[in-house]
Amino acid sequence: MSNGVATAGTSDRTRSEHRLAWLLCAPAVIAMLAVTAYPIGYAIVLSVQQIDLRFPDEGGFVGLDNYTSVLSSQLWWTDVFNTVFLTVVTVSIELVLGMAIALVMHRAIFGRGVVRTAVLIPYGIITVVAAFSWQFAFAPDSGFVNNLPLISDEMDWFGGRFSSFAVIIMAEVWKTTPFMALLLLAGLVTIDGQLYEAAKVDGASAWQRFTRITLPLMKPAILVALLFRTLDAFRVFDTIYIMTAGAQDTESVSILGFNQLISRLNLGLGSAVSVLIFLCVVAIAFLYVKVLGTRVEEGRPGN
Amino acid sequence: MELTARAAAIGLVFLGAVALVVVLLASGGEDAGRGRTLTFFVAIQPGGSIEEVSKRCSEESNGRYTVEPEFLPTDASQQREQLVRRLGADDSSIDIIGMDVIWTGEFANAGWVEEWTGKRKQEVTEKVFPGVIETASFEGKLYAAPFNTNTQLLWYRKDLVKQPPRTWGEMIDAAEKLGRDNAGTIQVQANRYEGFTVWANALIESAGTQLLSGPETVELAEGPTTRALEVMGRFANSSAAPPSLSTSTEDTARIAFESGESAFMTNYTFAYASAKEEAPDIAKKMGFARFPRIDAERPSKPPLGGFNLAVSSFSENKDIAFDAAACLAEGKSQLTATELDGLPPSRSDLYSTKLVKTAYPGFAELVKESIEAAGPRPSTAAYQDVSLAVQRSLHPPDKIDPEDATSVYDELRSNLEDAVKREGLL
Repeated sequence: MSNGVATAGTSDRTRSEHRLAWLLCAPAVIAMLAVTAYPIGYAIVLSVQQIDLRFPDEGGFVGLDNYTSVLSSQLWWTDVFNTVFLTVVTVSIELVLGMAIALVMHRAIFGRGVVRTAVLIPYGIITVVAAFSWQFAFAPDSGFVNNLPLISDEMDWFGGRFSSFAVIIMAEVWKTTPFMALLLLAGLVTIDGQLYEAAKVDGASAWQRFTRITLPLMKPAILVALLFRTLDAFRVFDTIYIMTAGAQDTESVSILGFNQLISRLNLGLGSAVSVLIFLCVVAIAFLYVKVLGTRVEEGRPGN
Repeated sequence: MELTARAAAIGLVFLGAVALVVVLLASGGEDAGRGRTLTFFVAIQPGGSIEEVSKRCSEESNGRYTVEPEFLPTDASQQREQLVRRLGADDSSIDIIGMDVIWTGEFANAGWVEEWTGKRKQEVTEKVFPGVIETASFEGKLYAAPFNTNTQLLWYRKDLVKQPPRTWGEMIDAAEKLGRDNAGTIQVQANRYEGFTVWANALIESAGTQLLSGPETVELAEGPTTRALEVMGRFANSSAAPPSLSTSTEDTARIAFESGESAFMTNYTFAYASAKEEAPDIAKKMGFARFPRIDAERPSKPPLGGFNLAVSSFSENKDIAFDAAACLAEGKSQLTATELDGLPPSRSDLYSTKLVKTAYPGFAELVKESIEAAGPRPSTAAYQDVSLAVQRSLHPPDKIDPEDATSVYDELRSNLEDAVKREGLL
């Protein structure tokens, strides 16, 4: 971070290089402002108004009323709980599975390319398609799951909260574990093989090598992987929308926002929900980056 | 400095290229020949009736217009979602809208559809069931030409039940007596979606009350509503309820009935044609009757569906769009929809035609009677809020205590009060 900061008395050349840098960045900055900052700003503006497409004659500034409505609703808190629950469970399972797959991919001696490609296939499938496939598999009338041994033929997976969550979690984990594995693999390859050899010479067991060498050196990679997946998982929409549409108390905050915005066309209330989701995401990112920032320093060899 | 100048030049060239692409794209969208092409946004009908009537009306217009159907998905919420996204953005590429009966209030209040008046109004409402005209109207004004309507009947297995049950209570008893292993279940639509609101509304209407008495007034008389809810709760908690009751739709109900799993089903008129096609053995044993009652002495109020044809307020060809919509909705077109897609006509005089009698062998009169007696879903601009409130309060139906539905009633009432005022989250 310390290099690149201009100090007093810079030459013309440095200054012109700076100008060039800004010029080169300008298209990207403009594009970012147009597609990111503008919609966010617009959502904030909408969220402090009473605005409903079906009632064009009404409207006006209502201050924080929409936010009060959302935050005082039992529904919002149920959905926040559902979302956090789904996020924590899926990301934890994915971390463990992803780590195992990354180790396998790293160690694969022959067919490395084939193994890596095969592992990535679920991630390449569109979420909606994956959700439909899982839903069909678990449907009581047409799915194959109920024909498996130990499972009742009459099990209605999407008829209960717990079983619905179980299927949603399985579909999510199946879909995004490869992504987690890939990020972890990137961290794994940076570890110097000599460290393992040295540890072996000193008589360290495989488990000790994993916990004492692999894990500490992979901390930055793990945190990056967790950050990406947590942000992603918190916005879960497609899988739930396809499978239960939020029935049986499986609604996530994104579905709640969708209902206010698209079903009810209540742009004010819906935007308030969206802004609150945005704030949650910012909070998660902030927490991770704060933790991540210090951990990267800790993890750096030679510190 | 030289470096900067070159960079600036590159930047300008880049911006120029972007501008050129934008101009090219924009000009590609404007087509000179579009003036007389009318775009008709409508739910896809697998039998091809929409293509057929569009073609006929275009030909009959003598070159005044060509109707081009643009198909929406089969799922009603997804149809609406696509339409409101376009209409909310004042999209002028929609001329005629196939408008579901429940969207009328919302689209009219938002100013998205044109009112029908004068001679045209008279033409398109002639001999149409009064209840169907209601579904195309909002606050006394007509916003669409009635096209097809729809209603639910009770379908049952003649080989398992001698007499069709008259009430839900009798039907649950009969199903319980048969037992689950002997097709003793009743198929309904109880997934958390619009179909659930259809079912709940029909039960509440049949008990002698209604959800709303005006666009912003909740009626929901306590006695009748709790009776309807208790029937719902009793059914959902009995052996007459199929195992996947809370995720059942029109289609899962049809499939289960056709596979012989259930002796009873409430479903739309397509059920018979479908069974004839998919399960001829079951179709032979299929009986039909009016939607069951809640109270033995009070006639039932069956569900009412269908869609009507509206002219978009953002259309650039409103005048010819009205003419085209009137043609697309006329009696001849309604019969095409009956013939190819099994959709019941909205004109009552068509039920004596041979074509309708062939499409509904033996039950054309019953369909007519059912439409005349139907209890439509409430007419309000906040319909989606009302429907969400019903679904939130009553789903899954097995949560309703069959002995005492007061607490669920209170929940439904307070959610509906919020819904009509459009307050709080739903």
